[in-house]
Amino acid sequence: MKEQLEAIQAEALERISQTEDMKELQDIKVAYLGKKGSLTGVLRGMGKLSKEERPVVGEIANKVREVITTAFDGKSEKLEMARLEQQLEAEAIDVTLPGRPVKVGGPHLLTSIVEELEDLFIGMGYEVREGPEVETDFFNFEALNLPKDHPARDMQDTFYITNELLLRTHTSPVQARTMREYKGEKPVKMICPGKVYRRDTDDATHSHQFTQIEGLYVDKNVRMSDLKGTLDTFAKKMFGEEREIRLRPSFFPFTEPSVEMDISCKVCNGAGCNVCKGTGWIEILGGGMVHPKVLEMGGYDPEVYSGFAFGMGPERIAMLKYGVNDIRQFYTNDIRFLKQYHKA
Amino acid sequence: MLVSYNWLKNYVDLGNLTPEELAEKITKSGIEIEGVEYVAEKSTDVVVGYVMSCEQHPNADKLNLCQVDVGDQQLQIICGAPNIAEGQKVAVAKPGAVLPGNFKIKKVKLRGIESNGMICSLKELGIEEKYIPTDIADGIFVFPEDVTVGENVDELLNLNDAVLELDILPNRADALSMLGVAYEVGAILDQQVNLPDEAVTITKDNAAENYISVEVEAADLNPYYGAFIIRDVEIKASPLWMRNYLMAAGIRPINNVVDITNYVLLEYGQPLHAFDYDKFESEKVLVRRAANGETMVTLDDQERTLSEKNLVITNGKEPVALAGVMGGANTEVTAETKNVLLEAAYFNSKSVRGTVKQTGLRSESSTRFEKGIDPNRVKKAGTRACLLMQQFAGGKVAAGAAEFDELDRTENVVEVNLEQINKRLGTEMTAEDVASILKRLKFDFNQGGSLFSVQVPTRRGDITIFEDMLEEVARIYGYDNLPFTLPQGAGLAGALTIRQSLKRKVKNYIEGTGLMEAMTYSLTDEVDIKRLISPEISEHKSTPVALSLPMSEEHKYLRLSILPEILQVLSYNSARNQTNLGYYEVGSIFVSDEPTVTKQPDEKLRLSGALTGKWLEQPWQQEKKDVDFYIVKGIVEGLFDYLKLTVSFRQAKIADMHPGRCAVLEMSGQTIGFIGQLHPILAKELDLKETFVFDVNLEIVFAAYDSIPSYTLIPKYPSVARDIAFILDEDVNAGDVKELIEEIGAPLVNRVDIFDVYQGANLEEGKKSIAYSLLYQHPEKTLKDDEVEESYQKIVASVNEKFNSYVRS
Repeated sequence: MKEQLEAIQAEALERISQTEDMKELQDIKVAYLGKKGSLTGVLRGMGKLSKEERPVVGEIANKVREVITTAFDGKSEKLEMARLEQQLEAEAIDVTLPGRPVKVGGPHLLTSIVEELEDLFIGMGYEVREGPEVETDFFNFEALNLPKDHPARDMQDTFYITNELLLRTHTSPVQARTMREYKGEKPVKMICPGKVYRRDTDDATHSHQFTQIEGLYVDKNVRMSDLKGTLDTFAKKMFGEEREIRLRPSFFPFTEPSVEMDISCKVCNGAGCNVCKGTGWIEILGGGMVHPKVLEMGGYDPEVYSGFAFGMGPERIAMLKYGVNDIRQFYTNDIRFLKQYHKA
Repeated sequence: MLVSYNWLKNYVDLGNLTPEELAEKITKSGIEIEGVEYVAEKSTDVVVGYVMSCEQHPNADKLNLCQVDVGDQQLQIICGAPNIAEGQKVAVAKPGAVLPGNFKIKKVKLRGIESNGMICSLKELGIEEKYIPTDIADGIFVFPEDVTVGENVDELLNLNDAVLELDILPNRADALSMLGVAYEVGAILDQQVNLPDEAVTITKDNAAENYISVEVEAADLNPYYGAFIIRDVEIKASPLWMRNYLMAAGIRPINNVVDITNYVLLEYGQPLHAFDYDKFESEKVLVRRAANGETMVTLDDQERTLSEKNLVITNGKEPVALAGVMGGANTEVTAETKNVLLEAAYFNSKSVRGTVKQTGLRSESSTRFEKGIDPNRVKKAGTRACLLMQQFAGGKVAAGAAEFDELDRTENVVEVNLEQINKRLGTEMTAEDVASILKRLKFDFNQGGSLFSVQVPTRRGDITIFEDMLEEVARIYGYDNLPFTLPQGAGLAGALTIRQSLKRKVKNYIEGTGLMEAMTYSLTDEVDIKRLISPEISEHKSTPVALSLPMSEEHKYLRLSILPEILQVLSYNSARNQTNLGYYEVGSIFVSDEPTVTKQPDEKLRLSGALTGKWLEQPWQQEKKDVDFYIVKGIVEGLFDYLKLTVSFRQAKIADMHPGRCAVLEMSGQTIGFIGQLHPILAKELDLKETFVFDVNLEIVFAAYDSIPSYTLIPKYPSVARDIAFILDEDVNAGDVKELIEEIGAPLVNRVDIFDVYQGANLEEGKKSIAYSLLYQHPEKTLKDDEVEESYQKIVASVNEKFNSYVRS
């Protein structure tokens, strides 16, 4: 009987390995392991065996069943894989046809620049402060050492609403407001981005509305060299590590000493070209040491505290960094313009 | 301020510096040079020629045939200038010469006769037309007799001079004069300053007081008035060098007397005015405030109506000059003038500023008074002008001046100490460094160790406090020499506030839905100020905030809605064949509840957007979808879902919106904006196809936002789904039915979704079918069938009763 079982096993394995058809494989399984299968038939004849022989043959029979089942499973999986492969092959598509477009919007170029600047200064420990666009004459001018009739008021043509109300000409009033809020009791380290307005006719380089970011740091022992170091860090992060800065004396009523900052021209690397008008330098921002009167009006004792402030225009930065040549482009919102600057 | 390099050399040694190098040094030390321009483009081979003879061209009426001696040769030149004459010394471009504009001079034949060169006008030599004296505007330039024939004209006419354009900021009024610039350059280069000659030979036995007296009624506006008398002047052209310098500085020469006042104005920064003494009609200068309504005719022949805010110079009766701004026509110096009354005065800057603002007259003189002049230079300038009139107008100068003098000439004293300087600048200067800088600036000072008491000359009226002196020290020390340091103070933590980061999140979300951010103007016009205002704003009868002096009608009011501006953006783009558009903006509107604005308006942050054209387009799969109401609603719903805030939509009618496709947004019963389709009439007006908008009051949304999400247990027990389809009248809102289902089904019904809306075949006219899927779930147990069934039946009954509907089988 043992020989009989081994013969069945050999025959079954042979047939399983020969077939390449799932249906036939199923039939083979039934033919050996099914109720009427040959292995089953052999097992049925086990009753005729002696008590001693029965477990021995039983063990062999079980082993044969196991071997056949394993072979069947293996073959079945193999055939299934082949079938699937064939099916997937048939499902092939033309991958060169265009995909379904996903709409991606994006921020305005100025927002990108403002947020980049915000993040940069947040990293240096500055908080971001905001303030009203309709300001009082006091906060826009007087608190910044620009009393009424001060000639320097001519530097900023102003949209007035009443004698005392105006559209802010710079974001500096936010500095004045913050100092008052902090009551001269703790350091102020802030930037203030926002919209500002000047009574200008719109052309390629002027806009009656534009954006500004100003920074203010007031603390004990703030030095002018700190301003220089801070601006240098800013310029290198914003415009590239290889950029150099230079400070030039300037005048703003709210700072003394006042500076203007140039960066070395990226186009010609300082050699002089059209972009920098041959000077090798490009003007980026204005700043200086906070004027003692401004500190005083903000509630800070100029004998104890000192500080620096700076201000810049994101439009100008965009124009320099991305070669935008007309400030009106920012406000016409031409989709073709905005999309150019919208990338990750 | 235009500064001639050659003129400047008279006061300070410029060494071998080129104009460009000098400009760079001045810019780095404090006054920005906006540009360096040359008086004329370079020319070659232009020399002085003597016109030996001048006859009419035999074949041309308007041409002259000249024989000209140019030193090394004699040239026959044909010249068409009307003012050419025999005996003149003129500028001759010899054959082979090159004039500005690369104009090459060759031998030519004109009407049959050879011409060997060209006699030049100033314009042909490259001088800007507006600076050329009017009498020779159409003619050639004629030299004074003392020039040498054959000499190159470049130097004679100052053609090679460079002009530095200084951008003078309000604090540096001192640099509005050649002397001021000389002091500045002297400090930068560490050079001495050579002051001009002021020594006048006085005509004996006559004092100015014998001719004129001075009375000032408004000493606060005019603390010094000096009247000088120069008699027997001969009006003619001023010397060539003076004309050259004036033209380089951007002033057109007129005659010697006027040129001298302008020359000294530029040299000293002190405005002067010359009156024709014989037309003055009195022997008294009276300075007073004008009477209201008083009139005078100024030099430009305009009649001016004055007020008591204007200071005027009078002859005791009528005004002869608008103080510090412009002279009167009645006393103007002309070719016939014999005797000159010269004014050197100090006018208060605010007074002049007021008159300038009122009249719109701004001149070289008024600019200087407005910015402030040096009290110690007023009289000196008068004396200097007298000397020049004596030298170049043959005048006899009367002794002294008739004066009114209450002028404060005290110098400021500012104390600085070395430690303070180093502490504030972050430098390590020594006392010697500081002393050397003060010397370069020509400031007198007393030094006690590290303490300096600096006597600030009156020319630098801008320096009054320590910080002003700090800037002087720093800029001469060189900003380049300051070290780079970072603040030493205790580190502060920088971060966005919750509101700021929320604003960024909202924008990121909206951009994620495919919209592009726009940035538009806050100022708008008469029409747009009234359009598309959200009901919660418009119902408060807010007054538009208007500018008192707008630049244009387009930008007159502060906006009450961002939408009109965004619609302009859509219009702009669609006119450029960009048709599938979606824009949004986050910005402020300006709301005032006062009938007349006196206080700052409320600035309320809003999120507004507009979409038009195709939302989806995939041509080869034939997928196309236009933007519609539900796309926009989905964007807005998604936002509130993202913020975990509940918003509801209520059908509403809003002006300029499609009456049937518009809804207001509500949060806890409060209106917070609206969405819908733009009224087709307005869309057409803007040349837009179907356009959908949304507008959200971010102030209310941000106030309701809770940055920390509350924790809800995720349910453990299985849910049961049931679907119901109702047949409803077509005017029933799906949302109303949903609300009722939620109300009746609570708390077991966890969620209600609409999954089918149908109208048409198999349904009666005027009916529609809406199918809802209900999700039942209990937080603490498995629901039993009969519990669900009971609730379900209750819902069906309630809906059918309220909406007169029945369940579709």
